[in-house]
Amino acid sequence: MEFGTFLWTCFGAFLTLAVFSFLYKDNPMYKFAEHLFVGVSAGYFVIILWHNGLVTNLYQRLADGHFYFLWLDSSKWWYIFPGLLGILMFTRFSNKWSWVSRWPIAFYIGIATGLAIPLEMANRVNRQLYAMMEPINWSNFMGTGWLDLTAGFSEIIIFVGTVSALVYFYFSKAHTGVFGATAKLGIWTLMIGFGASFGFTVMARISLFINRIQFLDKDWGKNSFDTTNEHFHAGYQFVFWLVVLIFVVYIVSEIRKHLAKKNQPPTQTA
Amino acid sequence: MQLLERFMKLDRRWVYLFLVTVCVIAYYADFSLPTIVEKETRSIYEFLDSLPPGERIFVAIDYDPSNQAELHPMTYALMEHAFRKKLRVIFTALSQNGPGMADQAIKDITDSVKVERTYNGVTFAGREIVITAMGQDFRIPFPADYYGVPLDSIPMMKDAHNYDDIAILVDISGGNITDAWISYGQGKFDFPLALGLTGVMTAQYYPFLQSKQVMGIMGGLLGAAQYEDMTDNPGLAKDGMRVQLMAHLVIILFIIIGNIGYFAARKKHK
Repeated sequence: MEFGTFLWTCFGAFLTLAVFSFLYKDNPMYKFAEHLFVGVSAGYFVIILWHNGLVTNLYQRLADGHFYFLWLDSSKWWYIFPGLLGILMFTRFSNKWSWVSRWPIAFYIGIATGLAIPLEMANRVNRQLYAMMEPINWSNFMGTGWLDLTAGFSEIIIFVGTVSALVYFYFSKAHTGVFGATAKLGIWTLMIGFGASFGFTVMARISLFINRIQFLDKDWGKNSFDTTNEHFHAGYQFVFWLVVLIFVVYIVSEIRKHLAKKNQPPTQTA
Repeated sequence: MQLLERFMKLDRRWVYLFLVTVCVIAYYADFSLPTIVEKETRSIYEFLDSLPPGERIFVAIDYDPSNQAELHPMTYALMEHAFRKKLRVIFTALSQNGPGMADQAIKDITDSVKVERTYNGVTFAGREIVITAMGQDFRIPFPADYYGVPLDSIPMMKDAHNYDDIAILVDISGGNITDAWISYGQGKFDFPLALGLTGVMTAQYYPFLQSKQVMGIMGGLLGAAQYEDMTDNPGLAKDGMRVQLMAHLVIILFIIIGNIGYFAARKKHK
């Protein structure tokens, strides 16, 4: 690894440790990492939007026209209109003219709604309903493996679970008798669903931590002590220990503060 | 009983410290775990494996660095499989920081499997309307690729116009762009859609598997580990599974202790 790349890796390691330090308590190093992340994300997005959105989709399409003709001589002159609508959004910054920004917003909402309603209805409601109405697969009732979704047995579980969960959310009738028992089955179904989500969430959070351990070990630690690297004497170990020192100093200062607080005599109230 | 009460009042930071210690020990411990490959992950692998060389697939890298831990191993495993099979891969990145993720993955894998880099990937930035526009022609939202090369001058894109020209679309996602691919993409243009999701999202998308809107799901780091296992290409995901096991055991232990403590305290108050 080149020394320049290693310095960036060290900075990444510092930011990783700074973010983890929040688990102990909020501190300036965490705040720095948090602010940097927000700033870098926003800056990166602006650049991507400019180069991959505006330049390719607007400027390059109008590039065969001329500025002094307001690009009306371009072969794709109609791209001026979306450009104008985009510019109108900036009237939000003026109290007097901010109402003009409602035009592009109305245009966008109109298109998005027209596109969304039929597609969302067809694919998130109707297709799910059809899946519930399919006949039970009796020829493959037990399926080929553990909880095979295409097996008839699974289809019955899904059908019963869906209906009972829907019954639980029906509040116009008292949850008593058979109706109450079905609603109870519904809440159990929901709880199993939440449990599965929680299990997956735990896996996701631990995965984030594993990735950071892998980064600290493989990218940072191993490169800091890689004696086979021809640039090893450029000061790899020095930078590694410098980052470690920052956190050691922080930990020691926190321990000292904690001990000082513990040994402080209780203040007398008047 | 006193011990349980003390557990109930334990500072959460001790729990973090214990969990971190266990994870670090498990990371450095040298043991491997068998991976049971689930049907929903296998179906993606088998589909890609059955494609003839030269077939075109579409990989949507819709995640930011915050989901890198779970989804990057998935992307690497899938891309390496595709490139080794000599499939041609079109990439998009519709999330804010996705282009950077895609760019890094493309460069790493093309270096690893020694294929020419420049024309193997096409990365874009955009959203729902972009998905719909690509159904007509990829060139409508994206006349040029991420690197600024016009699509018509890229050999693999010459006869690729829309979703009809791809064998499968794999969306590797860390956000609600997956909803857009289901409703606006698969629902409108009816192409085979497979998902690679973060653990948090996985349970939420299983209904689309049952309704056959989605042909396969890779869920979290486990999904990535399963894919690595099938391609016989162990990587970061397989490496992280033993830490997952120990972390889950610790969390289960704490949940049991917490519940015993809760019920014991409730009994005492009665």
